[in-house]
Amino acid sequence: MSNTTLPEGIKPHEEEVGTSLYKDAWYRLLKNKFAVLGASILILELILCLITPWVAPYGFETQNLELTLAKPSWVHWFGTDNLGRDLFTRILYGGRISITVGLLASLVSVVVGVIYGAVSGFIGGKTDNILMRLVDILYALPFIFLVIILMVYFGRNILLLFLALGLTQWLTMARIVRGQVISLKHKEFIEAAKSIGVKTRFIILRHLIPNALGPVIVYLTLKVPAVILEEAFLSFLGLGVQAPMASWGTLISSGVEVMEIAPWVLFFPALMLSATLFSLNFLGDGLRDALDPKGAKD
Amino acid sequence: MALLEIKNLQAHFHTRKGIVKAVNDISYSINPGETLGIVGESGSGKSVSQLSYLGLLPSPPLRIPKGEVLYRGENILSMSSEKLRKLRGNRISMIFQEPMTSLNPYLTIGSQLIEPLVIHCGYSKKAAWKEACGALDRVGLPEAEKSMKVYPHEFSGGMRQRVMIAMALTTQPEILIADEPTTALDVTVQAQILDLLKAIQKETQMAILLITHDLGVIAGTADKVVVMYAGSVFEEGPVENIFEKSEHPYTRALLKSTPRIDLHQEKIPVIGGTIADLSQLKSGCPFYERCEYRKDICRLTFPSHREIDSAHRTFCHVESFK
Amino acid sequence: MGLTYILKRLFIMIPVFLLVVTLVFFMIRFAPGGPFSAEKRVPPQVLKNLEAKYHMDESLMKQYFRYLGDLSRFDLGPSFKHSNRTVNEIIGEALPVSMELGFISLCWALLIGITAGGLAALKPNTLYDYIPMSISIMGICLPTFVIGPVLVLVFGLWLQWLPVAGWNSWQDRLLPSLTLGFAYAAYISRLTRGGFMEIRHQDFIRTARAKGLSEGQILIKHALRGGILPVVSYLGPALAGIITGALVTETIFNIPGLGRFFIESALNRDYTMVMGTSLLYFSLIFLCNFLVDIVYVILDPRVKYE
Repeated sequence: MSNTTLPEGIKPHEEEVGTSLYKDAWYRLLKNKFAVLGASILILELILCLITPWVAPYGFETQNLELTLAKPSWVHWFGTDNLGRDLFTRILYGGRISITVGLLASLVSVVVGVIYGAVSGFIGGKTDNILMRLVDILYALPFIFLVIILMVYFGRNILLLFLALGLTQWLTMARIVRGQVISLKHKEFIEAAKSIGVKTRFIILRHLIPNALGPVIVYLTLKVPAVILEEAFLSFLGLGVQAPMASWGTLISSGVEVMEIAPWVLFFPALMLSATLFSLNFLGDGLRDALDPKGAKD
Repeated sequence: MALLEIKNLQAHFHTRKGIVKAVNDISYSINPGETLGIVGESGSGKSVSQLSYLGLLPSPPLRIPKGEVLYRGENILSMSSEKLRKLRGNRISMIFQEPMTSLNPYLTIGSQLIEPLVIHCGYSKKAAWKEACGALDRVGLPEAEKSMKVYPHEFSGGMRQRVMIAMALTTQPEILIADEPTTALDVTVQAQILDLLKAIQKETQMAILLITHDLGVIAGTADKVVVMYAGSVFEEGPVENIFEKSEHPYTRALLKSTPRIDLHQEKIPVIGGTIADLSQLKSGCPFYERCEYRKDICRLTFPSHREIDSAHRTFCHVESFK
Repeated sequence: MGLTYILKRLFIMIPVFLLVVTLVFFMIRFAPGGPFSAEKRVPPQVLKNLEAKYHMDESLMKQYFRYLGDLSRFDLGPSFKHSNRTVNEIIGEALPVSMELGFISLCWALLIGITAGGLAALKPNTLYDYIPMSISIMGICLPTFVIGPVLVLVFGLWLQWLPVAGWNSWQDRLLPSLTLGFAYAAYISRLTRGGFMEIRHQDFIRTARAKGLSEGQILIKHALRGGILPVVSYLGPALAGIITGALVTETIFNIPGLGRFFIESALNRDYTMVMGTSLLYFSLIFLCNFLVDIVYVILDPRVKYE
């Protein structure tokens, strides 16, 4: 293969390799019924949450003190909460928060993990050893405590929340990316050595990204539910999202308070959260099997 | 009466893709002090034929629709599983091909060695321990006492196979089934292991059922040979007859395709084609497609046996090979 | 072999621990709205305690070493919010409760998990396999704060079989520990099943069978050690999870454990309490992971930790 071609010249080769790999994986993914079901539910939720302001039957804050803790009916599909607010609306808005925090926090974990893992894998040697040992130790710590400490310390700022949550999940990402970088380092380096200095970077970037992307996407899909879960966990305990904003966690917490007399106030947010978590997990498992069928399965 | 007599044994696997007829109507026998070599390609049914009657294969999907396996006149196939279990590792022992994985990596050698004695012969742990040390000595492992406390991963392949042999022999079985015991080992180690087996056999008059695909091993170790293909026996006889006066096209082709240092060979002849699909066996000889002597009748009926002399039988329609 | 491993682990853990401890010190010292900051919005009695304890007029360095000294004597300082109590006192009351909850939950997790997983492995692809494994998916995906209330609703309020709050009788222990243990039972059952399934196909199991061992003997002597390894590895993260999960469980079931105090102090910004409890948790988890590693090495002689 000629290495005197410009980076643009390498592109066709990379595209060809990329397409067939992903096409194969796509086909495998579509065969997995659970993954498809999960993906459908997620897409539906995403659409609903995006168009919430236009679709929600009531205002987020609109109270109706005449109709507190009303059972589900045609007027209020999911019933109302203790202040007469429409539960369906609140669940939709809560979903926006939960999903946004989940996605943003996962993004943070990806960024941190990718940088850490790439640096560690690229430099190699003793630095890599130390950095990875650190990861091993940190793996055992329940990061949620650190998040709680941060929330206590700096106040409950939603920006801080998703930053901190992102930091709880970067470890696995770092490990994966490091593994990819190391294996690629040995492959591409030889090829890169033949090229001129500047183009080495180009080649590594052009080949690194499509190859490393696979596992990163898979774990991202599996990390998002973990983060959503943690946000819900914190919010449930009162340490996460603050009123007047609501997330599924806070809604479940309110639901627990009135579950004796109005179980639906607990049931519907719990259902939404669970459905989301299930869907993400099924999709993530499906993606993992699709992209790497050799991987160990239960 | 032979020590072990296999009569018309059939072993089938019922899978989702159909019935795989791994063993089809085979018969042979073995006597004390004898080494019977069972030779054949992978998939010929040579291992399955032994594993099946010993209860070492999961039973669905395995089924044994027909046949008898007489050990000292008693049919193993009609024994209760409890009775069969008492035979295994006790009167009939087996060693396997992969010494690297056949020992439990989580237990010491000693802990595994004493098991047959404790379970079958009622030895106390202490007595079994002593006996096991002696067994390790006999198979040529140095520092038996120390070795007993060691874990398998600290031993080489050859040493582990010796441990396997020692383990199989502590109960002084009458029959040792050796399933490709040397295939995973170096040639030099191979020779040592085979010599060891022969020496033990001389001492104890143990019968050895040696399963292998290596004709060289057969030539050096076996007294009688059974040639198997696609689940059937093709030829059976004393080792000299099989090697020098074979009366079966398959055996002859096998012998021809063995590399020889004493002949100048430009090209080593191979047997064309591939082995038949055992789930799609038709009537007739399974070697039909690949046989250079085939006749029409070979496609229609499986050959019944033809006696060459008292100990030598072949299963072929072809009568002369000119 | 083992000793060098232990030493190496400690060698890395100690600086990390020191780092955490130092961070904690500075966080307490510079907490906004705390006694050390400019706006002293702390009740006078608490302020008095803190001044007495921390000698706030001394230099920062001196305070730091005093703090380290306190820690080495396991003295976590006075509570920010409860003016007449120290952190140690509160922990002393609440920790045993949490430990009991955690212990019972872990027992449930192991009992249910290993039994379900083992049964599934013995009879794969039958109902004994499908049903427990499907239920385990729920345990893995659903959070404790969903499972807990649901169980309370069903068993406490509707069926009225079990009490819904408090920590007095033995019945009180059932729902909370089952709730907390359920998620881990789910993981453990999958790990057990996977571990045993892998083992049963190994050659050395065939050897054991060829030697004439009964199925029971094979299971206990040969399969158990290898099959249980994934579960042992999991115990570290499982413990961390149980500690975290207890925060929710104690809140839902109103149990006077350390987790509930922790949440309270987090909501009330009781810095010393939050930090002190966190340090305790971290130490506990470090310790348990360490022990798990040791157990693993004992069980699997092939592992060579350089």
